[in-house]
Amino acid sequence: MAHEDLDQKIVDLLVDLTGEEELGEYRDVDLFEEEVLDSLGAIEVLVAIKQQFGVSIAPTELEREEMNSVNKIIERVRERL
Amino acid sequence: MGFYTEPAFFILLAVVVVIAAILGIAEKPLHKYGLAASVVMLALLFSESIPSLVFLLCYLAYSFALERFVERLFRADNPRKVALYRVALAAQIAPLFVYKVGVLFDPGFLGFIGISYITFKSVQVLIEVRDGLIERVSAWHYLYFLVFFPTFTSGPIMRSRAFEKDLETPLSRDEYLTRLYRGTGWFVLGALYKYVGASLASWLMWFGPAAIGGSTTGAYVAAQLVYGFAYGLYLFFDFAGYSHMAVGAGFALGVEVPRNFRAPFLAIDIKDFWDRWHITLSHWLRDFVFMRFTSAALDHSWFKSTLTAACIGFVINMVLMGCWHGLTVEYLFYGLYHGVLLAACEAFQRTSGFYKKHRKERWFKVCSWAVTMIAVFYGFALFGGQAFHPIAV
Repeated sequence: MAHEDLDQKIVDLLVDLTGEEELGEYRDVDLFEEEVLDSLGAIEVLVAIKQQFGVSIAPTELEREEMNSVNKIIERVRERL
Repeated sequence: MGFYTEPAFFILLAVVVVIAAILGIAEKPLHKYGLAASVVMLALLFSESIPSLVFLLCYLAYSFALERFVERLFRADNPRKVALYRVALAAQIAPLFVYKVGVLFDPGFLGFIGISYITFKSVQVLIEVRDGLIERVSAWHYLYFLVFFPTFTSGPIMRSRAFEKDLETPLSRDEYLTRLYRGTGWFVLGALYKYVGASLASWLMWFGPAAIGGSTTGAYVAAQLVYGFAYGLYLFFDFAGYSHMAVGAGFALGVEVPRNFRAPFLAIDIKDFWDRWHITLSHWLRDFVFMRFTSAALDHSWFKSTLTAACIGFVINMVLMGCWHGLTVEYLFYGLYHGVLLAACEAFQRTSGFYKKHRKERWFKVCSWAVTMIAVFYGFALFGGQAFHPIAV
């Protein structure tokens, strides 16, 4: 999958989960600090990533600061594909 | 010899720390020394109960065998690895389960001090081997992780990967001194909590209700409230005091022991409370029970909504926490109570327009804090039994 395609799919997935339409414009914003995600939201993201991309990320695999922005989530998925 | 309770322990701890400081300042590796010190301290801890010592030694060998078994399953990509892993996980929890059931029938049932805490550590290793986060743990790192004496009896619950990282990162003299300095601060603060704070709270528990006097209903209620308030403070100062001392002793041995308490009486909701009270226990359960249950529930669509999955996850998580404390009515209610509170808090925060509109306003935070504290102190009364058997006045 081309990088742009993957990026867009992950942005779409996050927009769907959070309801924040503008998320693609703010890819480096801290999603927890901005209260776009909370602990439960993070679980939903991990489950959606597993279902859509077949990438399993264990709950204790990453520290929160390793997946707290759109770009970091994209990076974590890319590393595992 | 009881840990953190008897003068002999503190004298020996001082000797252990002085030798550790000499090694640390000379930039010598601390961890083999730490393991040797832990073996000596545990030998003294169990010196009066040889059967418990034998049980502990068997437990260590048994856990190590299970760890190696699960490592091999996943390294060899055994086709039945998931099923066999589940059997190994059940086998790892079994000694604690048998012990908790056994003491219900016979208070002298064979166990060993620290069995509850060591189980968290050995189970965490198995789960993370299965997750692929641990490929190979060295025998002595594993042994040292399980027997690390500062946290052996009552936590804080450490995580093996952070512990191993500490073992593999040599400390320069300055880094060690910084750790020793911070550790000393934690230790002194912990000692003040335990020997001043907890003593004052204990004094208030016993003399506060008596001082109220009178035989009116009002006096009775006031006496119960004073006792409940003092008991909550006592629990905090006693356990946070112990935990801070354990963190301090761990730091002196060059290990970053995680913090267990962070101003819990400033929590503005019950989720916030569990991020501040017995943190290493609540985060362990969050990571290995709540998140896994909720992920599986969402992945397999067991429930209609994410919120339902989370609410049921909270209740299961906290009932398990209650069971871990002991299989008694008080602890089970304590767990169920906190599970329901967490579920109610999550549901309220996710669905209430009133909450979303006002949650950042000062008055709302003050009211939320007050409600949280009432709920928390009532929880302590369940935990300690006062809610079931009010104190005699």
